[in-house]
Amino acid sequence: MNIWQAVLDAFESLAANKLRAGLTILGIVIGVAAVIAMVSVGRGAQATITDSINGIGTNLVFVFRGGSEDVRNPKPITLGDAEAIADPFQAPSVVAVAPVIQDNGRVTFGRERTTTNITGVTPDYAQVRRYSLTEGEFINQEEMLGQASVVLLGSDVADKLFGRQNGLVGETVRIEGQPFRVIGVLQSKGGSNFSNADNQVLIPFSTAQARLIRHSTTDQVDLLLVEATSPQAVPAASDEVAQILRSRHRTAIGADDFTILTQQDFLSTASTITNVLTIFLGGVAAISLLVGGIGIMNIMLVSVTERTREIGLRKAVGAHKVDIMIQFLAESSVLSLIGGVIGIILGYAIAFAVAQIAKANNAIITPSIGIDITLIATFFSTAVGLFFGLYPANRAASLEPVEALRYE
Amino acid sequence: MNINSNASQAINPSNGWVIQAENLTKVYKMGQVQVHALNGLSLKIARGEIVAIMGPSGSGKSTLMNIIGCLDRPTSGEYFLDGEPVSRLTDDQLATIRNHKVGFVFQSFNLLSRATALANVELPIRYSGAVSGRKDKARSALESVGLADRIHHRPNELSGGQQQRVAIARALVNDPAIILADEPTGNLDTKSGQEIMELLLNLNREHGTTLIIVTHAADIAAHSQRIIRIRDGVVEEAA
Repeated sequence: MNIWQAVLDAFESLAANKLRAGLTILGIVIGVAAVIAMVSVGRGAQATITDSINGIGTNLVFVFRGGSEDVRNPKPITLGDAEAIADPFQAPSVVAVAPVIQDNGRVTFGRERTTTNITGVTPDYAQVRRYSLTEGEFINQEEMLGQASVVLLGSDVADKLFGRQNGLVGETVRIEGQPFRVIGVLQSKGGSNFSNADNQVLIPFSTAQARLIRHSTTDQVDLLLVEATSPQAVPAASDEVAQILRSRHRTAIGADDFTILTQQDFLSTASTITNVLTIFLGGVAAISLLVGGIGIMNIMLVSVTERTREIGLRKAVGAHKVDIMIQFLAESSVLSLIGGVIGIILGYAIAFAVAQIAKANNAIITPSIGIDITLIATFFSTAVGLFFGLYPANRAASLEPVEALRYE
Repeated sequence: MNINSNASQAINPSNGWVIQAENLTKVYKMGQVQVHALNGLSLKIARGEIVAIMGPSGSGKSTLMNIIGCLDRPTSGEYFLDGEPVSRLTDDQLATIRNHKVGFVFQSFNLLSRATALANVELPIRYSGAVSGRKDKARSALESVGLADRIHHRPNELSGGQQQRVAIARALVNDPAIILADEPTGNLDTKSGQEIMELLLNLNREHGTTLIIVTHAADIAAHSQRIIRIRDGVVEEAA
């Protein structure tokens, strides 16, 4: 008996029990749809995160205070360090250095208030972070030197305080009670962007240092953003930065009291996290596929028992063991294959629905439709059908024809 | 009981016996107890013969039928069906023998309820591995039992007599050496029963098919050329 005939027979006999077949298929549909949806959303999220890390700028090197845990009393990073790194003779691979200090603070306008990230920056920051403005101008050198009370609003902050993102230049907001004049609004970098680029206000570094964010050491900096000459120069730049800081901080060899991260580090960390997340979610979903498989096995066992006489008759008229095996395996595979196909379609539908919900909440996730995951899901659902059909099919095939014919 | 001590030499595929059984025993284990269903039974049936096998329940009649139909193997003894040494074959070889050489007609018809008459009759051909001409063969088998106009009906759309005709068509579609009918009229009214018997006898007359009928009913057995009576696992007398 050929396979094609067996598949036709399988459809026929499944059609005889439509509700039962449908419910069994549903188990597989849910399992496959869950796997597809989880993996597809997970990968979409990964792509989004990767994009936003790329959006930081591919040439960037981040310098933080503090090294590994066993380095005690790390020296703070200071403006002096920033100037040393900016020196083109000491660090030829570095184009610009932007020292940053930041803290959370309350920003108010009239009765509207919001708590946001207050970031003190130098004029170089605009270049390093590739910020553009929807209106106004960036903090300039005079404002920096004069400790001017001026502020650039992130797009989210502007929305919260004013309900709009333009016509705001010249308004006055209060940060921690002190009045600041709005000189511009930052263009949105996208809602899901790394480090809340839209939910912050930028003020001159000197102003922040003098009036808002106090550190025990004067000139202390929370973060240095270093721009390398090119993406290829990033490793060289981070080496140069490390050399300068080691000599300025007089650290012991191998005991750096600072941490240098490049965009590559962020990317690999982020992709590790999202991979783990995707695998975890996919694994949870795979359990439901397993449950669907057990459903197939259950229904196939019932079917074998119900059709004992039929099996006996088929054997009596000459069916070999393998013919009976194929007959039942075809049925379980058809069940799981149909379930798999519907599940894939449903899974992508769910993934797109999730993407729409995410979009409504300002997080952009583009679910990825992978040929690989589709093939894997199809393969696995069929394998599940085969595997869980194997025991019932073998049971059917091993029935003694005499006993089976006598079965009531 | 046959007492030919040189039985194994006497057995020869070409001597016109379609069934040769020597000293068959069958022992079932029912828990601790051993049940001897057959106790050294021997019989021979010639090609083209019409034989009735009769016996009370518990006589070993069903066991003998299962062995003759190659559904089961004897515990000991030799059984040749159309020259094939059946008692030494594997399950799959037995299946092939059943497919080629045995046509079964059951008391309860045993048709596949989902399949049409045609598909039911096709079933043995399908398992014989033939690909082409399957439908034609099945159709002509149905025509020969007088159901040419019912080939696309399912069993539940047919009367009992018609269902048994489909079963007979299925039994003869692979042109078997023997047709083994187990109480073929047991579930039918008298008239349909007679028609079915007529049909079986006709097959024997026209095609020379060996017909073995297992029955309780004396009037059915009366159609046969020979009655083999079984009691306590041996042949009681040959008439």
